[in-house]
Amino acid sequence: MTGGISYNFAYLDEQSKRSIRRAILKAVAIPGYQVPFPSREMPMPYGWGTGGVQVTASILGPHDVLKVIDQGADDTTNAVSIRQFFARTAGVRTTTDTGAASIIQTRHRLPEAPLAEGQIVVYQVPIPEPLRFLEPRESETRQMHALEDYGLMHVKLYEDIARHGHIATAYAYPVMVEDRYLMDPSPTPKFDNPKMHMSPALQLFGAGREQRIYALPPYTRVVSLDFDDHPFARTRFEKPCALCGARDSYLDEVIIDDAGGRMFVCSDTDYCEGRRAQAAAAGGAP
Amino acid sequence: MSGGEGALLTAAGLTKLYGARIGCMDVSLELHAGEVLAVVGESGSGKSTLLALLATQLRPTRGRIRYRMRDGVVRDLFALAEAERRFLLRTDWGFVHQDARLGLRMGVSAGGNVGERLMAVGWRNYGRIRGEALDWLTRVEIDGERIDDLPTTFSGGMRQRLQIAKNMVTAPRLVFMDEPTGGLDVSVQARLLDLMRGLVADHALAVVIVTHDLAVARLLSHRLLVMRHGRVIETGLTDQVLDDPREPYTQLLVSADLRG
Amino acid sequence: MYVAVKGGEAAITAAHELLARERRGDPSLPEISADQIREQLALAVNRVMCEGSLYDGDLAAQAIKQARGDLIEAIFLLRAYRATLPRLGYAAPVDTGAMRLRRRISATYKDLPGGQLLGPTFDYTHRLLDPSPPAAAPAAQRRPAAPAGEPVPQVTQLLDREGLIEANAGADGDGVGDLTRTPLAFPAGRDLRLQALARADEGFLLGLAYSTQRGYGRTHPFAAEIRMGEVEVEFVPEELGFAVPLGQITLTECEMVNQFQGSATQPPQFTRGYGLAFGHAERKAMAMALLDRALRSEELGQERTAPAQDPEFVLAHCDNVQATGFVEHLKLPHYVDFQAELALLRQLRAEWLAARGGDRQAAPASASDGAAQ
Repeated sequence: MTGGISYNFAYLDEQSKRSIRRAILKAVAIPGYQVPFPSREMPMPYGWGTGGVQVTASILGPHDVLKVIDQGADDTTNAVSIRQFFARTAGVRTTTDTGAASIIQTRHRLPEAPLAEGQIVVYQVPIPEPLRFLEPRESETRQMHALEDYGLMHVKLYEDIARHGHIATAYAYPVMVEDRYLMDPSPTPKFDNPKMHMSPALQLFGAGREQRIYALPPYTRVVSLDFDDHPFARTRFEKPCALCGARDSYLDEVIIDDAGGRMFVCSDTDYCEGRRAQAAAAGGAP
Repeated sequence: MSGGEGALLTAAGLTKLYGARIGCMDVSLELHAGEVLAVVGESGSGKSTLLALLATQLRPTRGRIRYRMRDGVVRDLFALAEAERRFLLRTDWGFVHQDARLGLRMGVSAGGNVGERLMAVGWRNYGRIRGEALDWLTRVEIDGERIDDLPTTFSGGMRQRLQIAKNMVTAPRLVFMDEPTGGLDVSVQARLLDLMRGLVADHALAVVIVTHDLAVARLLSHRLLVMRHGRVIETGLTDQVLDDPREPYTQLLVSADLRG
Repeated sequence: MYVAVKGGEAAITAAHELLARERRGDPSLPEISADQIREQLALAVNRVMCEGSLYDGDLAAQAIKQARGDLIEAIFLLRAYRATLPRLGYAAPVDTGAMRLRRRISATYKDLPGGQLLGPTFDYTHRLLDPSPPAAAPAAQRRPAAPAGEPVPQVTQLLDREGLIEANAGADGDGVGDLTRTPLAFPAGRDLRLQALARADEGFLLGLAYSTQRGYGRTHPFAAEIRMGEVEVEFVPEELGFAVPLGQITLTECEMVNQFQGSATQPPQFTRGYGLAFGHAERKAMAMALLDRALRSEELGQERTAPAQDPEFVLAHCDNVQATGFVEHLKLPHYVDFQAELALLRQLRAEWLAARGGDRQAAPASASDGAAQ
């Protein structure tokens, strides 16, 4: 492009950052409520993380340590692209180590390692509205949130049980926040929902194209929707990770040959590598 | 301006104008628990407008409606907050539409339709919701086997009975009906009317029913409002008005009905 | 032995190098310049400026070159650039009545004050693909400027004088909204709707406008006027208190006259539809005017029956930068959520088969729903 353009720290101008931070503060004050914010065009396309990037850009400081993951992995192409973006425009330290990060921007997964106070998770959200596919009109869903009119969501769950015998939602599983707002936790697998409940970390959700920010302050009650007699069931894998042996992490299915042979490995690459490194160290101990 | 002792619903001077066109003009009425009021007239008489006003679907140009809430307090309906109004619509009131597609979710099973109000007011046990839905389906004479079927697979009469079940599940005290038997076979109509009579008697329902069919009015209602060009031209006990109409227009309606 | 996939960073670098090579194409051919694009592909440049919401022919031309001719990609580049620019304030409303006309036509009158001025138009060309189009007239005869004389009044003003057309709604007490400062919320005022339509995808608007002409929300339109030419842009700095000219821009304006409407307080009048685009862009301006009117259906007391009359539907989906981002985001990895779906599907299938007894295909051991933690 035209030479000589210099960008502000983390790309966004201070005005924009300020207006985004105002939206974040409102979101933190009303957990689970979707705050409209004026989304900026970013150098990556809408749908590719612009909401998360705007939130991260607005809270990033020169001493932050940033981790970016997509599908749980640090090395997927979009995570690489976003990490490079911040390295270039903010010059911050980046890391793949969950424990060492002060800000973790993520698409579709939560890290396996429990988070600590002082850490911030920034989720990339495509469709912030949990009722969107039941009611396409924004004017109507806004009313439903204002009036706590969530019957429609339970009807959907009822229908699932009537038709399939279970609730048929595997990801983006709707939750109630502090008994007030119905929230979409972003397309993380429902496996991750329990981690959001009473987390010591601050969780921020950015939807750039839909222009909404919402938040879960630390130690917020987040309850997955269910029925008393059909309680929320956490996904369990029948086999451990083929690489590190973990029994408590979310596993990716990898097809290894043309005959359809497959193996299951941790989706959280940092977690898996950490466990393997520990095992190797223990194995090599004198 | 308060209604008579114990009146459930009182309307005073209800008027709806569309520019110069009159939707309805200066309508006043009173309804008590367990009473069925029929609003009759030809198309264009303003009866559907009146119903929409009473059910707060439209705002009047002039006039007021007062309603005695479940806690006994009389409230001005158009002064209610939106949340209160919606809650009323979902619990204490029912609305049976002429076209069932307006009153049902066609993409949701019969059980889901009936259970919706319960879920909206906080029921969280699938088994109990389903049980209650099954109970009501039976009461409106829909085969329990159909609980998981979509209303698109139901006949016209069944859809109307499903609408009724959907409304009745929260024990409403007031039900609005807009030509509920319109477009149905005579025998299907008869069955539906029988059901409604039973429900009114068993649950002391107050009903405002709009119909152009005087036979329906005679069968279901205690009192009658005859409308023409947006105004009420005659009112009284159903049998009296139909057997001995005073207004020439009412006489015309009654005689046309007997002939047709 | 399976080794976890790495190397995303290297792959991206290689992809960008490949892209640069493809962009250049055959190196034995002369490289196209942004100036050539600006001058000789002006209508592409106009579209990019209009939907990029930034009036700068040079930058638009550069964007088209960088985007290898993909106009939506170029629009994206311009919008992203625009987002970094500091905002000084709002210009005074431009006076299209004072436009230096290079083209001006009306379908509602055979002749009218100011005349019918065809200008540079494809309208009456025969679409015969011609590899060597006729040479243009010598440079001296290019762009005859309209005589800087009396401004030519809009056709709608003529109708207005007779009271035959609804008055233009002025800005109400709240002032004019700014789509780039507040997210669109519904119901949206006409000011925000027009802003959204101005930067909307031309193809999307074209299709919807076409649908209104075929019965999906008919508005009985007539093209009262289409004018194209230069207008002055002025800015009133606070410190000076008077208007300072910033320069001229080319605009295309379309005013549609639509079916009449009366009420208790107003005799019947024609209703309006308005379209405005940067540069010479008639298709866009016309489609915009048709949709502006269609979106006013409810306000004008008409029943909403067609998609083109539904503001939420039209405005939520008309921005091609948003649209392409979300459609193309499906290329991003979704394997974690897919995995969750696979697990659920396998479980449902297993239960289905078990319920029917008999032949059970060994499903791969994967995930299942366990008791709640």
